[in-house]
Amino acid sequence: MDITDFYDTFFEEAEELLADMERHLLELDPAAPDTEQLNAIFRAAHSIKGGAGTFGFDVLQRTTHLFENLLDHTRRGELRLRPDIVDIFLETKDMLNDQLDAYRNEQAPDQEAYERICQTLKTLALEEIGQSLDGGHEAAPAPTPATPPEPEAAPAEDAPTLPSAGDQLLVALIGVGDKDRELLVEELAQLGEVVEQRGDAERYEVVLSTSVSAEDIEAVMCFIAEPEQVAISTAASSNAAADVHAQATGSEPEASSPGASSQGSASTDSASTSQPASTPSASTPSASTPPAKGAAGTERKTSAKPAKENSSIRVSVDKVDQIINLVGELIITQSMLDQTVSELDGAADPRLLNGMNLLQRNARDLQEAVMSVRMVPMDYVFSRYPRLVRDLAGKLDKEVELTTEGESTELDKSLTERIIDPLTHLVRNSLDHGIESPQTRLAAGKPATGRLTLSAQHQGGNILIEVIDDGAGLDRERILAKARDSGLSVSDSMSDDEVWQLIFAPGFSTAAQVSDVSGRGVGMDVVKRNIQAMGGHVEILSRQGQGTTTRIVLPLTLAILDGMSIRVGDETFILPLSAVLESLQPSREHLYSMAGDDQVLQVRDEYLPVVAVHEALDVANARTEITETIAVIVQGEGRRYALLVDDLIGQQQVVVKNLETNYRRVPGVSAATILGDGSVALILDIADLHRLHREKRQRKPRDLASQTASHSLTEDLSA
Amino acid sequence: MNQHTDLAAQAATDLSHREFLVFSLGDEEYAIDILKVQEIRGYENVTRIANAPAFIKGVTNLRGVIVPIVDLRIKFHLERVEYGGQTVVIVVNVGTRVVGIVVDAVSDVMTLAPDQIKPAPEFGVTLSSDYLSGLGSLDDRMLVLVDIDKLLTSDEMALVEHAGASA
Repeated sequence: MDITDFYDTFFEEAEELLADMERHLLELDPAAPDTEQLNAIFRAAHSIKGGAGTFGFDVLQRTTHLFENLLDHTRRGELRLRPDIVDIFLETKDMLNDQLDAYRNEQAPDQEAYERICQTLKTLALEEIGQSLDGGHEAAPAPTPATPPEPEAAPAEDAPTLPSAGDQLLVALIGVGDKDRELLVEELAQLGEVVEQRGDAERYEVVLSTSVSAEDIEAVMCFIAEPEQVAISTAASSNAAADVHAQATGSEPEASSPGASSQGSASTDSASTSQPASTPSASTPSASTPPAKGAAGTERKTSAKPAKENSSIRVSVDKVDQIINLVGELIITQSMLDQTVSELDGAADPRLLNGMNLLQRNARDLQEAVMSVRMVPMDYVFSRYPRLVRDLAGKLDKEVELTTEGESTELDKSLTERIIDPLTHLVRNSLDHGIESPQTRLAAGKPATGRLTLSAQHQGGNILIEVIDDGAGLDRERILAKARDSGLSVSDSMSDDEVWQLIFAPGFSTAAQVSDVSGRGVGMDVVKRNIQAMGGHVEILSRQGQGTTTRIVLPLTLAILDGMSIRVGDETFILPLSAVLESLQPSREHLYSMAGDDQVLQVRDEYLPVVAVHEALDVANARTEITETIAVIVQGEGRRYALLVDDLIGQQQVVVKNLETNYRRVPGVSAATILGDGSVALILDIADLHRLHREKRQRKPRDLASQTASHSLTEDLSA
Repeated sequence: MNQHTDLAAQAATDLSHREFLVFSLGDEEYAIDILKVQEIRGYENVTRIANAPAFIKGVTNLRGVIVPIVDLRIKFHLERVEYGGQTVVIVVNVGTRVVGIVVDAVSDVMTLAPDQIKPAPEFGVTLSSDYLSGLGSLDDRMLVLVDIDKLLTSDEMALVEHAGASA
C-alpha cells in the first residue's frame, strides 16, 4: 500500500480534531480554563502534528509544532489566557484548516499566511512568557526577522516600492541543484524577461527584466527553493559584464516543458520541501501589497487542480448499526415465514416455495454484505507502520525490522479506526525509547537490528493487539524518580506492574529530551484514555535489557462471533466457539470428587474442574445428573475446565450485542445476541463463569467446608 | 384568525401544563412524564438474567436493541404479580438508555395543570419520595407521579453501573 492511500484518512481525522479543538476553544473560559479542555486542545494539536510529520506535510507540522508548544505552556499554567489570546488560537486553528485544505487539493499552503501566523505565535510567546518557541530542537527555522509584525495580521501598506516596468533584478540562487535551478529559471521567465543567466551550482545569478516586485518573485520561488537560497537585489550595475556569460539560453522555458506541467510539479514538490518560518531580510513578512497578492493569487490559481471529490462516504456507525439491526429483523421475519410455509401441506404452491428459497438466499446475502461493511482486517491498521517505522528509524539512526502477525484478524471498523492513534503512539515510543542505537545494542550483546513486532489475535472473547520490541525495557528506577519529581505518590516497594502503570499518568515522560517523535508524555496518557474509552485495557510486560511488550486487550463489542449454542433447562446460551475444545459425555468412572463438594473430570491424562451452567447461573429445570449432561471442555484465560450443559444445539455466527448499552455488566456473561426466533441469548464469558462458580461455592456454608477439611486432616495424621 | 388565537392560547397553556401517561400497578395509579415514553408493547420473550435482583425480569429484543425489563410491581412489593394479556411493557428513555417497565395496565394520558400537582409527602420506605415528582390530584383520583429518570438510574435499581459506586 502506498502512503498516499492514508492521506484521506489523515485529512478526515485532522478535520475532526480541528473541529474538536474549535469547540473546546470556544467553550474555554479564559479566566478559569478547564485543564481537561486545555489538555484536549493540546492533544488535538499533538495528534495533527504527528500525522503531518508522518506524511511530510511540513508547513502543517511546523505550524502545529509552534502551536503545540504554546499550548503546552498554557496547560502548564505558564501562559495566562486572555480572550485575545484565545482569538489568536482560533485564528491559528483556522489557518491549520486552510493548510489542510491546501494539502488535500495538492496545493502548497499559503506561505504568507503561514509566516504571519508563525510570527504571531512567536511574538505571543515572547511577550507573554518571555520565551522563544523553538524549544531547542528540530531544525530551527531561519533567524526571525527583527521586526515582529502585529499579531492581528493587518497587512502593512508601506511595502517596498513596486519596481516600474523594465527594472532589472539580480536573482541569486545559492546552492540550488541543477534540476531545481532549471525550474526556477522557468518560473522567472514567466514573471519577466530573463536577460542573462550565469554561474555554477553554488551561486547562480539570473538577471531579470520585470515589473514584478522582489516579494512576489520570492513567493513564487518558495515553491521550489528554500528562502535562504534566494537573494534578490536590483541589478543595474551588473549589466556590462553580462554579455560574456550569455549562453545556455538553450534551456529557455519555451523550448522545454510547458508552463502548466512545470507548475504542477513545482506545487507537489513544495509539499515535501520544507519552508522555514521566515524569509531573508530582503523583505518583511507582513509586507504584502494588494497587487502582490493578486499576482501570487493568479500564480496559484493556474496551478490549482479542481478540488478532489471523495470516492468514499463517511457514514456514522450508528447508521450502519441500524441497518444491521433492520437486516436482522428481516432475517427473523423471513425464518418465521419459512416456518409457516413448511407447516403448510406438502401441496404448497411450488412458486411459493421457490420464492421463499430466493428470499432466504437474498436475505442471507444482504446480511453478509451489511456485516462486511463493519469488518476490516487488521492489515488496514498494520500496513501504515512499515513506512512510519522506516522513517522514524532513519530519523533516530536506529536499525529496526518490523514484523506483523495476524494481519487477517478481522476487527470491527469502529475499533480499527480508534486503535490507530494509540498504536501509533506505542510504535513511536518503542522506536524512540525502547530500541537502542545499533552501538548500544552490540555492546549489550544483542544484534544491531532491533525487532519490532505487531501482532493481533482473537483470544477468549477478547482481541489482543501487541507491540513487542526487544529494546532496553523500562527503567524502573528512572520511572520512580520521575514520578517523585512529578509529585506522584510512589514507594520503592511497588510491584513492577504498578510502576509500569505510572507511565500512563498525564504529562509523564522519562525521555530526557522532548523530540517531535515522542517524549512529551502525552502519548501514553492518550493511549490509555483511548483504550479505556473502547472498554479495553493496556498491559505492559517489560524486562530490563530484554524489551517491552505492550498489550492492548479489547473486549468484543460489536464484533461478530462464531458461537456454539447450547441449551440448559429451558434457556439457550452461546459459547464462543474459540473457547470450545471438545465435548463429550461424562461417565461415572471418570468423575472424581475433591474436598467433598468439588468435582473433577478425567479427560485422557488431565483432571479438569467441573462447572455446571445451571449452578453458576441458577437455571431451573436443568439436568442435574451429571452422566445425563454433556461436558464441553472449554478454555479461557489459560484455564481449562469442563462445562456441563444439557444439550448442544449447533454452531452459528452471532452478532455480539453489548449488554451495557442499556443495562450493566452481568457476571459470567460477556454480551448478548439475538437468535433466529427474535429472542435474546446470553453469550457466556468462559473465564468469568469459572470465577463466578468459585465465588458461589465459597459463599456456601463455611462449616461444611471446615468440617471436611479437619476430617481429612485427622485422616492424614492417623495414616 | 380565530383559530390562530386558539392555537396560541393553547400553546401558552401547554407550557405550564404537563402530560402524563397513567398506568396501574394493582389498585394504585401511577403516572410518568409522557415525553419519556418511547412506546408501549406486550410482555413477551424475556430472557432471564442470572444473579440479578428479582424485579429485573431480564432482557428483550427491541428491534435489534437489547433492553432490560424491570417489573415495578415486584419492586414496589405488590401482592399479585401476574403476567397476562393485559400486562404491558412501557418502553422509556432514560438519558441515552432504553428500559422497559412492566405494569398491570396503561389507562390513559392526562394533562395536569401546575396547581393539580402537590408535593409528595416525606414517607415511603419502599418508594422513597426522592423518586417522586409529586402527587397529582384529578377529581377523586390520586396519581403518583414518578420521576422515572431518578428511579431507574438509582443505585437500588441496579440497572446502571455507577463508576466508583462500590467505593
